[in-house]
Amino acid sequence: MTDKVPVTVLTGYLGAGKTTLLNRILSEQHGRKFAVIVNEFGEIGIDNDLVVGADEEVFEMNNGCICCTVRGDLIRILEGLMKRRGKFDAIIVETTGLADPAPVAQTFFVDQDVQDRAWLDAVVTVADAKWLSDRLKDAPEAKNQVAFADVIILNKIDLVSEGELKEVEARIRAINPYAKLHRTTRCQVPLDAVLGRNAFDLDRILEIEPEFLQVDDHDHDHGHDHHDHGHGLKHYHDEEMQSVSFRIEGDVDPNKFMPWINELVQKEGPNILRSKGILSFRNEAKRFVFQGVHMILDGDLQRDWKPGEKRESKVVFIGRNLKKDELEKGFLATAA
Amino acid sequence: MSEATKSLTAHVTLIETGAEVVSAAFLGRTPAFACVDGTILFNEIGEERRVTPHPDAAILVAQSDGSRFITGGDDGLILATGVDHVSTQLGDEKGKWIDALALGRDGAVAWSVTKTVRARDAKGEIKTFTAPSSARGLAFIQKGYRLAVTHYNGVSLWFPNMAAEPDVLKWAGSHLDVVVSPDARFVISAMQENSLHGWRIADKKDMRMTGYPAKTRSFSWSHDGQWLATSGAEACVIWPFQSKDGPMGKPPRECGVRPVRVSRVAFHPSALIVALGYEDGWVMLCRMTDASEILVRSVSGVAPDEKGRAVSALAWNNDGRRLVYGTEDGQAGVLDLPA
Ligand SMILES: [Zn+2]
Repeated sequence: MTDKVPVTVLTGYLGAGKTTLLNRILSEQHGRKFAVIVNEFGEIGIDNDLVVGADEEVFEMNNGCICCTVRGDLIRILEGLMKRRGKFDAIIVETTGLADPAPVAQTFFVDQDVQDRAWLDAVVTVADAKWLSDRLKDAPEAKNQVAFADVIILNKIDLVSEGELKEVEARIRAINPYAKLHRTTRCQVPLDAVLGRNAFDLDRILEIEPEFLQVDDHDHDHGHDHHDHGHGLKHYHDEEMQSVSFRIEGDVDPNKFMPWINELVQKEGPNILRSKGILSFRNEAKRFVFQGVHMILDGDLQRDWKPGEKRESKVVFIGRNLKKDELEKGFLATAA
Repeated sequence: MSEATKSLTAHVTLIETGAEVVSAAFLGRTPAFACVDGTILFNEIGEERRVTPHPDAAILVAQSDGSRFITGGDDGLILATGVDHVSTQLGDEKGKWIDALALGRDGAVAWSVTKTVRARDAKGEIKTFTAPSSARGLAFIQKGYRLAVTHYNGVSLWFPNMAAEPDVLKWAGSHLDVVVSPDARFVISAMQENSLHGWRIADKKDMRMTGYPAKTRSFSWSHDGQWLATSGAEACVIWPFQSKDGPMGKPPRECGVRPVRVSRVAFHPSALIVALGYEDGWVMLCRMTDASEILVRSVSGVAPDEKGRAVSALAWNNDGRRLVYGTEDGQAGVLDLPA
């Protein structure tokens, strides 16, 4: 991936502080040159040499399946940008407030020319601490943006009380407990919290998400009720969007797992926003790591299991109206 | 490749262009290379001359009409540059990227910027059409003054000089590059999903041409208009267009099979010989009649920095005695066929 360019996707509602974050990245990151792809109806001016306007043309692939969508304009713009290779070393894509991040992410999984030249580093969602709770109640796109995020910048925390902050964080965690969450005012966050995340790199799926390692066994013991977690975080249950995770203490059988996961995303793909997993295949020295967006899966054998490392298998799904019991039963049945 | 493969590598004059070659052509007798760094390199006898029609900009699209190079840049300019090194401005899109370009007969030029499509006739009159979504490909129909424009879910056939709504050839999906058969009977587009889609213009009958591992980004018609050579597979895939039904129900021919994908194709102007450029920088000639192959350029080496980059431009001169190629890493050459 040496001459491939990293791409960071910025999502978030109008007014949440996306452009503030963008301008911070551009002004503070000295010695690094960015190409910025903005939507044509951006909030305020962007101070950068290479700014390209995008029109968010989303189209369906896979014979018109509604979840298998890509950004046609992004494919075109990246092709043009690659002709200017050497004039920038990273790309930032800003999406409109109402945009669904899935087509952007899927563009990087589906288009071979894009894959050959660029890789998706992370989806960063900027959220307004004061308004996010309301938006999560009434706006499906806000849920999508939280569900998709690898990094969430919870901005404008100076405008809310500690109690309100805890509430909005609990609502975020109910949807996506795996994202890195940063509380900020004016998007004051170290830039390495946003850039160079490698969140979509199979090699690093675990390293940057320690939360993922600590799958909360709680849920299995007590069910997914509205209990207090003990660290002052109220545990919300979002009626529509959830994340679920399951673990098998030991190996799974790849001949059972692969057909199960493939069938699952074919059937439930429209409802599964993101999926991830690290698996211990029987008689396999290496860990199998996969991730997916809707119906599109990407998986590979990665590094060896380390001596003394506990061989176990875990999967995570973030999505809408997930059938938790069915998913759990299906996954547990793949045990070797 | 068989052991009997012949080589013409000794007949190639090597040229370093210094930047990715977007398009190569003969302007009259002079080999010329439109490069991504905004320059055109003229390989004149005894010397190389470089002009910069797009200063501080990139050439995104370029095509030659035989005497001029028409270039479209990320500076929004459409320029025509002749062997006299003089550039004439044909259009100005105010800094917007030029996405697609097509040349017609009699000096007509068309270009697109996202959804905006413009056609400029030889007299300089410019007409505008707004496509339903971004226009990724343009091709003139060599009959009347009509342009095929690809977009999401189909191809529009637009008469720039008529007020009528364009005729739309529909097919779900994203259509990229487009070509029209020389007899103006068929339109073929390359799709996002690694396939071609064709229509017979007369009755809009659909044709599916599938089986490609990658997108087709290069097309070439044989001199007699009976064959269409295409890139995007680990061989050149050549579709038959002799019958009134086009390639329907007929398998394509393949030539130049290698474990590397073909990136550019160019049919010889008077024989059933097709020049092929590959993603690893190789160039070969294939004769359709006996499938014989002749090597024009090979790149050896296995380390990543020794590997060749894709051939990005390929063109014959008018009498088919000379061939130019250019690559993504700025390596170009002129083949002079031995007498
Ligand atoms: Zn789908």
